[in-house]
Amino acid sequence: MVAVARKADPDPTTPHLARSRAAASLGRKARRNVSAHGFLIGAVLCFFFFSWYPMCREVIMSFQKTQLGVTSWAGWANYIRIFHDPTFWVAWRNTLEFTVLALIVGYAVPFFVAILLNELRHAQGYLRCLVYLPVMLPPTSALLLFAYFYDPSYGLFNDILHTLHLPTSQWVQSPGTAIPSMAMISVVIAATWMNMGGATLIYLAALQNIPGELYEAAELDGAGLVKKIRHITIPQTRLILSMLLMLQIVATMQMFVEAFILTNGGAGVNDNTLSVVNLIYTYAFAMSGASNYASASALGVVLMLVLATFSGTYLWLTRDRDHG
Amino acid sequence: MFRRLHRRAGPSNHRMMAGITVVAALGLGAAACGSSPAASSSASGHATISVDCAPPASSAQQYKEWNEDVATFEKENPSITIDSIYENPCEVPASFTAMLDAGTEPNVFYTYFTDKDQVLDAGQAADITPYVNSTTVPMLNDIVPSAMAAVTAGKTIYGLPTSNYTQGLIINRTLFTEAGLNPNDPPTTWAAVETDAAAITKLGHGIYGYGDYSAGNNGGWHFSSEIDAMGGHMINPAGTAATFDTNQGAAILQALHTMRFVDHSMSPTQQLEWGTLQKQMAAGKLGMYIAAPDDIYNVIVPQDGGNINDYGMGPLPSATGTPAGSLSGGNDYMFAKRDTPAQIEAGIKWLVFESLTPGQGVYFNFARQKADGFPVGFPEPQLFTGSTEAQYDKLLDASATINPSYYSTFANSRETPMGEPVDAQAVYKTLDPVMLSVLTNPNANISQLLATASSQVNQILANSG
Repeated sequence: MVAVARKADPDPTTPHLARSRAAASLGRKARRNVSAHGFLIGAVLCFFFFSWYPMCREVIMSFQKTQLGVTSWAGWANYIRIFHDPTFWVAWRNTLEFTVLALIVGYAVPFFVAILLNELRHAQGYLRCLVYLPVMLPPTSALLLFAYFYDPSYGLFNDILHTLHLPTSQWVQSPGTAIPSMAMISVVIAATWMNMGGATLIYLAALQNIPGELYEAAELDGAGLVKKIRHITIPQTRLILSMLLMLQIVATMQMFVEAFILTNGGAGVNDNTLSVVNLIYTYAFAMSGASNYASASALGVVLMLVLATFSGTYLWLTRDRDHG
Repeated sequence: MFRRLHRRAGPSNHRMMAGITVVAALGLGAAACGSSPAASSSASGHATISVDCAPPASSAQQYKEWNEDVATFEKENPSITIDSIYENPCEVPASFTAMLDAGTEPNVFYTYFTDKDQVLDAGQAADITPYVNSTTVPMLNDIVPSAMAAVTAGKTIYGLPTSNYTQGLIINRTLFTEAGLNPNDPPTTWAAVETDAAAITKLGHGIYGYGDYSAGNNGGWHFSSEIDAMGGHMINPAGTAATFDTNQGAAILQALHTMRFVDHSMSPTQQLEWGTLQKQMAAGKLGMYIAAPDDIYNVIVPQDGGNINDYGMGPLPSATGTPAGSLSGGNDYMFAKRDTPAQIEAGIKWLVFESLTPGQGVYFNFARQKADGFPVGFPEPQLFTGSTEAQYDKLLDASATINPSYYSTFANSRETPMGEPVDAQAVYKTLDPVMLSVLTNPNANISQLLATASSQVNQILANSG
């Protein structure tokens, strides 16, 4: 009986049995996680098809050329071509100009608007909605609205200036190229109006997390508004501020639709609003006949490298500071 | 215990189902994205062809006429189905370029004459030479050679032309009369254009005498035509160098600059592209601009609501009053590389029916156009010669509704069609900033602008060679 019982009760250390148990366990785990994997596959496929694959394809295309339907390797020719294009440097200069102006205006304004909203006792919800409203407009609609505002003949802004007996402007059609150009300032104003709602709400959320005791203690110590902002508000929102700074720089370096809509193609007078992404678009689509996906890809790779380097450096620097 | 198992299994199964649903939906989505435009040819000989540039529902009469034609054609040819793609404008360079690169063009697709090189470079055009002869295309030998050349490379035919044009000066006759000018004597030199534009602008109420483009590649396109009329050329005959940095080019730009900043007979609102000046003309706010006659009968009157009796045409402005030539262009249909022989045969049959037979189709059925209230009788397109031209003219005259004298100075100038420069869209794109600068910068340095653009065009030509 015992022997039989022993025979019937197999040794758990038997390799065959261990394998089958492991397989059963794996199967259970797989079944348990199948829905998670299902959702994960969806996300991975989306990233693969719409992010990673286009990125890899872009890098490959930047080293290729296509003539008469035949694609062949071109070495560094596309990169040499874009570096020799005089508009390449103009586009980088304009992009940096937009980024700096957007930081000065688009980064600071929402912060101070958020502080203002945070201090208000009445109609806070209503004003929060009002500030966020432009974000809900589709960007193209908002920009077309500004295109009408900026119209040198019939625009709202010139009408107001005219009524006040002030000199009018050609706004986005201003020919100047000196930094900062009127055309670029006009683009930045429109971009800030469109986008400040989102940043304001994020700042506001960060501000409302600051313990009120800190301000009370500062008031007891005789701190004024500026000192409270400098010594409490900014340090307490530093993480949000630094993250938004990086996101804003990465976003503004990819400026496209603002100039494209406001200046009817992106370049502006004397190329004074031509951005790097506008130039990529021009290479790829706007010059049928000489349209060149390869050069557009090369410039896209350059922009990607610049932004990746910036983001990596920025994150590394801020991580060190956090640890310190 | 069982309840626990059940409880665990329940939500898990739901999640599993949800996961499977997501994956299946993505799979279906991917399959849908990957499908080609609806068109096919079966072994039974039935061919379905997708054809773009069908008039959209917003152009109600033309939409109706196109659908009538499709119904008639399909009844006469039961083995062919036309899958119409309704759109206006028929071609947007950005999406056209993307379409070619993706290989998703319709079976029979609309192109400008200037697109041939790009389509061939992309490897997307089918060789239709074996299918084109005087039996399948009865009017083949009567199609003007310059139009056939636009769809031919060497001896290989890639498409069939459906329209061609030269340009002239569209004038608003009513504004001319109100300004005390003679509408039967449109200006023919830039100096006369300046004078007349100033007179019209004096009418006030936001009316400007002259308008021109400076965006969307249209500024360069107009500059090309203007320089042709002055006796110059954009590119040398070998296609290797820009030739517009001349006194003729400078004279055109100087005339525009003077009208904008000295006479103020051009609007401060610039950066205009195709479609904007037509609206101004239809609204009675513009005295003159350069265009082909089809702007009047395809856009200003039917789309923008202009009054046909307000318009007339003169030749392109030039130095002498007689234009040395005009940029000529047009459009055609090409066939997708993936088309089957049955689809190519069906496409040719459709084009002959709809776009190449006088008396038939949306654009050549003049009796129907007249009945539907369209203006009829314009001097262009001049797509045919020989007996087809004679038949075309006879049908056109029989249904003419416009006063031909309004267009006589344009028709009598018999502008020499000059074709478009190589890499035309890239060349036009390069000249857009020149036009824009001249029309927005009071201190524009014309000679420097021309020199810079010339150098850029030389670079484009060197790269494309």
